[in-house]
Amino acid sequence: MRIFRRFGLAACLLAVSLSTVARDGVLDIVAPWEIGGTDPAQAGYVFTRLGIAETLVDVDAEARPIPGLASAWKVSDDQLTWRFTLRDDVRFHDGSVLTAQVAAHALTAARDKPGILQQVPLAGIEAVDDRTLVLRLTEPFSPLLAALAHTSAQILAMAAFEDDGRVSRVIGTGPYRIDIFQPPQRLTAVYHEDYWGEAPAIREIAYLAAGRGETRALLAESGDADIVFTLDPASQARLARNPALSVHSVPIPRTVLLKLNAAHPALNDPRARQALSLAIDRAGIATGLLREPEAVADQLLPPGLGAWHLDGLPTPARDLQRAAALLAELGWEAGPEGMLFRDGEPLRLTLRTFPDRPELPLIATALQDQWRGLGVDLQLAIGNSSEIPAGHQDGSLELALLARNFALIPNPLGTLLQDYGPGGGDWGAMNWSDARLNEILQELRAGADPARASALRQEAAAILHEALPVIPITWYQQTAAVSRALENFSIDPFERSYRLSSMDWAAP
Amino acid sequence: MSRLIGQRLLQALLVALVVGVLTFILTRALPGDMAFRIAAGRYGYDYVDAAAAAAVREELAPEGNALLALGQWLGDLLRLDLGRSLVSGEPVLDEIRHQLGHSLQLALGALLAALLVGPPLGVLAGLRPGGWFDRLSLVAAACLRALPPFVVGVLLILLLAVGAGWLPAAGHGTPAHLVLPALTLALGLAAVSSRVARDSTRTVAGSAYYAFARHKGLGEGQVFLRHGLRNVGVPVVVYQGVQLIYLIEGVVVVETLFAWPGIGHALVHAIVARDVPMIQGTALVMGLMFVLLNAGVDLLCWLIDPRRRAP
Repeated sequence: MRIFRRFGLAACLLAVSLSTVARDGVLDIVAPWEIGGTDPAQAGYVFTRLGIAETLVDVDAEARPIPGLASAWKVSDDQLTWRFTLRDDVRFHDGSVLTAQVAAHALTAARDKPGILQQVPLAGIEAVDDRTLVLRLTEPFSPLLAALAHTSAQILAMAAFEDDGRVSRVIGTGPYRIDIFQPPQRLTAVYHEDYWGEAPAIREIAYLAAGRGETRALLAESGDADIVFTLDPASQARLARNPALSVHSVPIPRTVLLKLNAAHPALNDPRARQALSLAIDRAGIATGLLREPEAVADQLLPPGLGAWHLDGLPTPARDLQRAAALLAELGWEAGPEGMLFRDGEPLRLTLRTFPDRPELPLIATALQDQWRGLGVDLQLAIGNSSEIPAGHQDGSLELALLARNFALIPNPLGTLLQDYGPGGGDWGAMNWSDARLNEILQELRAGADPARASALRQEAAAILHEALPVIPITWYQQTAAVSRALENFSIDPFERSYRLSSMDWAAP
Repeated sequence: MSRLIGQRLLQALLVALVVGVLTFILTRALPGDMAFRIAAGRYGYDYVDAAAAAAVREELAPEGNALLALGQWLGDLLRLDLGRSLVSGEPVLDEIRHQLGHSLQLALGALLAALLVGPPLGVLAGLRPGGWFDRLSLVAAACLRALPPFVVGVLLILLLAVGAGWLPAAGHGTPAHLVLPALTLALGLAAVSSRVARDSTRTVAGSAYYAFARHKGLGEGQVFLRHGLRNVGVPVVVYQGVQLIYLIEGVVVVETLFAWPGIGHALVHAIVARDVPMIQGTALVMGLMFVLLNAGVDLLCWLIDPRRRAP
């Protein structure tokens, strides 16, 4: 009996000592995104968000470029030579000093890997002296600063690279230095004493990638995590009622959309695409599946992107009658069991999607059901995300459901150039092109004064809205559950930063 | 004894060869464009496109000849070099060490906890078959086994982490993080191993030699220790050996729920991303572990059961 009593006492002591772990001054962040490796092209976003690695250019809350590791820049009159002046007080986590040579080395390595920098018409990257970095272009490229703010353009120390350009260690310049690195799920970081900027109030952070929404919600409830990103709809309401937590939600520039093969005989007429769009019950999907009624997308680009968004559009409503009438104009007639036929062929389409974003297969099944009401026989093929760009390339793709990020670089022009230029893009239009839209995108790419640029963006948004090269369905909200012990929390809609440096513990 | 070990060594060698060649052929026979798959695994769905796939294809080009690549892999294997992951770029051996290490910790923790609970209760039930304890433990075991581990895990988190605040809900890094996932697995295991022990005990306790031991005047405890324990032990040990293998490879659900790194999760990801060196390395190590565990179980039974030692 005595042994039991002793054991019980020990268990109690253990439990008490463990329960105090949560309030140890370490900021625990839990998110669904795994750490895919050390290379900025693969996992750079994790390191930028946590404040471990930095870029030459940063952006403010409205995505306007502001100085990062470069304190100033100047562009030549012909827009072909960009001259960056680097800060002179920056030390990497290994103690080495940031020079223009180091920055040139990091950018050259980044340009040689697939990613954003390969879209920049770069002629050369050159360190003129220790503090001056010159980027030469073959043609004017207005989103250059946004491209340099991309996480794949992180400036890492020389020692981070192997001889073949591979990144083997993350040696950045940010306020936090990696302490324990256990990809794909965990890392801890501590304050970098030599940091050039203001010292953060919170000195230790820990990051955990947890794939399941239930796990993340439970980690928030148990107090193990101070910040939990991406709440599943079912947990969100419960967490909002928890007095120890506050729940935040911010719209982000990501859209669930249907990519269509505009060369397909059933999809090549804009009226067919219009009919399919009219047959979608967006409010039902947003409320029933995402539990986010504001998520209904009335156009491709969500609000918060300035002139890229058209104001005052009517909320799209499901209108099966009009949809059926449009398809009837194209020669589709109702056959057995209400399904549509033309020249004896049924209206049968295959939609590809992938489960990495768990809501996509759900929305796909909803579409299958909603389109059956119109007489469309939709087959679903749920597989790997790469089957969409592969199908675009070999022409076998008919329809794809995907979630596209319009802030891959903090300027939507970057994504739009990739997706809606001549010939379309792997994640955008397919066999669809619009001469006027191409002109607009090219003019914006070369650079236009603000008033002109604003007008052009509105015109581009209107073309995408009218011609429907892709069908927008819903927008996204980024959500987070945050411990009340934490102050100054906010969500960056461009998801570049967790803004940890500006947070502090609330006074007990 | 030495014959036993020699046999197992030969088996290990064969397993390495078969696993290496089979995984190699199978990964190449899978449908889908390999370069696109690898690019998706590497850069994620926001960045996988034709350009990324083309870069991967170019990188793989020197490997072009499949037979040459297989020969290379076998050659490297002799130097204990499993290559680098095509997705993360890290050495496969490091990744396996991290992930398999955590899987093993979890499996052993669960097995130990299950051993402390399951077989003792099973023996108690088996000594009085049909009694109230036997019937109660049958109901408890059936319930625990019927509940999916995911549900058991969530209930334990709600009870011990969210409710009582005694243990971390999920994650890894400290010994405390091991308790809940190990307990989740242990409850399911203990449920079955208690029934195995119960049936085994019942058979032994009902046997003629057990009755004879009683008739010659030994006390209940002595009878069990001298004539029961070893006989009950053999099937229980064999069953636990099988369970350990199931634990190491088949607990992806529990690992994901508790954000615990594990080899099951890693293997699934590697197959989806066509990360051939990682698939080969993982399959090889797991194959060898099967051989090792079987050898261990044989050895334990050999030690427990003197009849097996007879020439």
